[in-house]
Amino acid sequence: MNSLLAAFLSGVIFACGLAIGGMTQPAKVAAFLDLAGNWDPSLAFVMMGAIAVHAVSYRVIRRRPSPLFAAVFALPTRADLDARLIGGAALFGVGWGLGGFCPGPAITSLASGHAPVLIFVSAMLAGMYLYKMIERLRMPQAPVPQKASASA
Amino acid sequence: MEHFTPLPSLLGGMLIGLSASMLLLCDGKIAGISGILGGIIQPITHDTLWRIVFVAGLLSGGFLFQLFAPEVFTFGLERSTGALILAGLFVGFGTRLGNGCTSGHGVCGISRLSVRSIVATVTFMATGILTVFVINHLVGGAL
Repeated sequence: MNSLLAAFLSGVIFACGLAIGGMTQPAKVAAFLDLAGNWDPSLAFVMMGAIAVHAVSYRVIRRRPSPLFAAVFALPTRADLDARLIGGAALFGVGWGLGGFCPGPAITSLASGHAPVLIFVSAMLAGMYLYKMIERLRMPQAPVPQKASASA
Repeated sequence: MEHFTPLPSLLGGMLIGLSASMLLLCDGKIAGISGILGGIIQPITHDTLWRIVFVAGLLSGGFLFQLFAPEVFTFGLERSTGALILAGLFVGFGTRLGNGCTSGHGVCGISRLSVRSIVATVTFMATGILTVFVINHLVGGAL
């Protein structure tokens, strides 16, 4: 219960940070990326503020043997660079510049009910679903995660 | 630079950092939005509910602003439906393929000094800048 409350509050605070920081305004995102035009560096301050806080707290939190309400820290361990990472990031950047939304602000902006957000988020979820389907085609022998030893 | 907002943006960023720290301290999870959404679309047993609840929190925060400060949701770009669909598909597919977005790579990953996240962030910033350059300076600002 505590873990879910923390997840919920974390989501609320994240949304407030996005909205206050200007990330939910696609024109501001485009102005941040428009180095050759009327450049608005504001969103660099969003990134700096977030990293300044998290880089410090991350190091303090990681001294703990485990999180408060969970058994283990679920952290990425990969350190290799591959074409999927770079190709995926490149594709994401094109979509970010084109639509002015990254995933968090897009979901938060659903609350506005504005048509461009609804269209963008529908397509974004479709893109994620498409990825899942292609992954499934690539690895047809992969077991479905839910069917573990419980039924055996 | 007439819309430059360094202080609200810095404060917003610090709230994002606080949120990511809270999720890590309490639940041991990374606040990467594309990864959280991806885990709802490709569910794994006992690892889905917190994701749904986090997204409910994001939406609830959004509703608070829609009630008290709806101007934060000004779209402000000239984009056709086709361009929005293409943008959404690229963001959805690209973030899953590249294992992260602005939050997971740009904030959490860089805070951990992850080489993968630093390379991903430089890459999506570069292609984002290139895309906006093409739209604003080669095709006239609308697409």
